Amino acid sequence: MDGISKYAMKFNKKQQSKVLEGDLTPMIDMTFQLIAFFMLLINFSEVDRAEEISLPVSELAVPPDGRPDYQIILNLEPGGNVIFEGQRIENINVMGPILNQEVSNAERENVAAADIAVVIRSHADSPTGLVQKLISKCQDSELQSFSLRVKEYVNQ
Amino acid sequence: MRIETDEPEEIQLNMTAMIDIVFQLLIFFIMTFKVVAQEGDFNIKMPLASQSTEQLEFEEPPELIRIMLRSGGQGKINTINVDDDIQAQTFGPSETMFAELTDYIERKLAADGDPESTEDTEVEFDIDFDLKYSYTVKAIDAVSGKVVNGKTKKLIGKVKFKNSANDG
Repeated sequence: MDGISKYAMKFNKKQQSKVLEGDLTPMIDMTFQLIAFFMLLINFSEVDRAEEISLPVSELAVPPDGRPDYQIILNLEPGGNVIFEGQRIENINVMGPILNQEVSNAERENVAAADIAVVIRSHADSPTGLVQKLISKCQDSELQSFSLRVKEYVNQ
Repeated sequence: MRIETDEPEEIQLNMTAMIDIVFQLLIFFIMTFKVVAQEGDFNIKMPLASQSTEQLEFEEPPELIRIMLRSGGQGKINTINVDDDIQAQTFGPSETMFAELTDYIERKLAADGDPESTEDTEVEFDIDFDLKYSYTVKAIDAVSGKVVNGKTKKLIGKVKFKNSANDG
């Protein structure tokens, strides 16, 4: 009897070796959700907005509803430099040919000059006269529709 | 003797490559993500001089309020002068001059008694060249409306700049 029980113990101890696998499903779910979140929020239009421009703050400005058919974003620095499509133009007076080029580009896309939305992102410390000068330059190129871009005031 | 079992073999997909790519995508999006403050617009119509005179012949001109923003040196605002063809008023220099301007506009629109007066009234800004743009935006804010208990009360929607920008 002692001998039999001895062999039985041996068989009981024998176990199959298993590969340990963690359940990756929740982690993959979370990762995909994070990717979806960042994809939705990512903004590739960084070229249009110059980060060095500190916009004035406003409580009442309305966020733009949709993108117009054709828009020109002009960033104005306090010193009078205009940043347009990542390019710094050091004198407002030389904006004419650039704006005329934009107007003809828009016309090729069947957008009239009057329908082109000009977005002015001016630094809070820029003299208003420079903003008006820039608007006047745009008017010389038949542009009429202007938006003054500001930062939305967030009540803390 | 080999014993055959009925249990089907478990098929295991190799997820390693997919997880690698997914993590790389995640890192890319995290690194390129920037928290940007929400931006808004004030729309201003600046019709060309020739066009505006043509329109005047056919359309009834809106009631015009002229607001002059005067600089007091170093780009800071000194006074706000308002002229609506009936009376002229000056606000400031004070901390509350923009709130006073809002109250004036609100009183004026209420006195007209016409609910459409917010649409029929236009503000023309005449601004000193060197006045900082932030004050201009404050003034546009002041005439556009006010926030009362978290709700926006709209005042004047049509805003334009006086066409002649003097080079100061």
